[in-house]
Amino acid sequence: MEKIKINVFIDKENKNSVLELNGNPSVLEVLNKLKINPVTVIVSRNNELILEDEKLKDNDEIKILSVISGG
Amino acid sequence: MQIKINNPKCCSEKPVIQLTAGEKLCKNHFNEYFENKVFRTIRQFDLLGKEENLGVAISGGKDSLTVLYLLNKLSKQNPKIKVTAIAIDEGIEGYRDKTLITAKKFCNENNIRLNVFSYKEEFGLTLDEMLKILDVKPCSICGVFRRYLLNKKSRELKFTKLATGHNLDDECQSILMNQMKNNIEASARLGPKVGVISDDKFAQRIKPLYLCTEKEVTTYAFINSLLDNFNECPNAIHSFRAHVRDMLNDMEKKFSGTKYSIVNSFLETLPMLKEKFRGEIIQICSKCGEPSANDSCRACVYLEKLRKSVMH
Repeated sequence: MEKIKINVFIDKENKNSVLELNGNPSVLEVLNKLKINPVTVIVSRNNELILEDEKLKDNDEIKILSVISGG
Repeated sequence: MQIKINNPKCCSEKPVIQLTAGEKLCKNHFNEYFENKVFRTIRQFDLLGKEENLGVAISGGKDSLTVLYLLNKLSKQNPKIKVTAIAIDEGIEGYRDKTLITAKKFCNENNIRLNVFSYKEEFGLTLDEMLKILDVKPCSICGVFRRYLLNKKSRELKFTKLATGHNLDDECQSILMNQMKNNIEASARLGPKVGVISDDKFAQRIKPLYLCTEKEVTTYAFINSLLDNFNECPNAIHSFRAHVRDMLNDMEKKFSGTKYSIVNSFLETLPMLKEKFRGEIIQICSKCGEPSANDSCRACVYLEKLRKSVMH
């Protein structure tokens, strides 16, 4: 199976990273790999919100934004 | 009284959120759903009258900016509801200074009057300085002083009501925290309208986002450009509330609808709790004249401890 690269920014950690995944992963698979509870985040790609079942392509850039109140 | 949420419309546009009950909504339908939910909450719980001098407590975070944005929108349609923002600067370096920049920018851009009051000016010390002097849980002392200032300044500014950005997740956490700490009297003061008895000494606090999940608020804030960079209070990370929050989110992941169930079942018991604790008499603090459960209010008790520690 071909590996694809997904560029991920996690706002809570203020960190960019690159994930290598097999085939056509969904947003949920990425969150599971990063051990992030989907209830606690919203995810955007090109400044548009995408759902957990959205399939990602090679070189997609996604932002994982925490919904948790800061204080 | 349980609140049922009507099934919103679904459509063929790209969805931006999947609701707890499973419906997927596009941007426009979600905006409509969210705003209807908030305005319905205001109506069903009788949170606003026809005329109000409304204060909105803001921090610069997504919840308080969302509630200010919506109440400002309401005010434009109903000029007898005046809206003023109020913010408290606790003096938490690297956190509050940043969120207040966002708060000030939003109020400037939307022509909303903002009053900022700081711990340093009002009590002589920032929260950071207080925590170096006293060995106390940060959230306890911070909450006491913030509520004290919000209440006092709301009265001075003659607010008829004070709105906050507390959401369903916040309420759920508070309900469980009070149970775990065997503090059911505190739960009597919860609900969309805060408090057990109304009294001139207290600004009535209301929570228009009461039935909105944190995820819904964040989605609305994102769509309407109310979302700033992630900022978390350094004192909150290991708090009791953070533990309860994480536990609730784990449950919600495995059993969708848990949070709604907790709040809905709590609302059934709330009238009985308010009735049970209605007899409490509000005293006046002998030191500062503010409302108090005892002879000295908790803010004055902390201030006395701080004074004594500094002297030694």
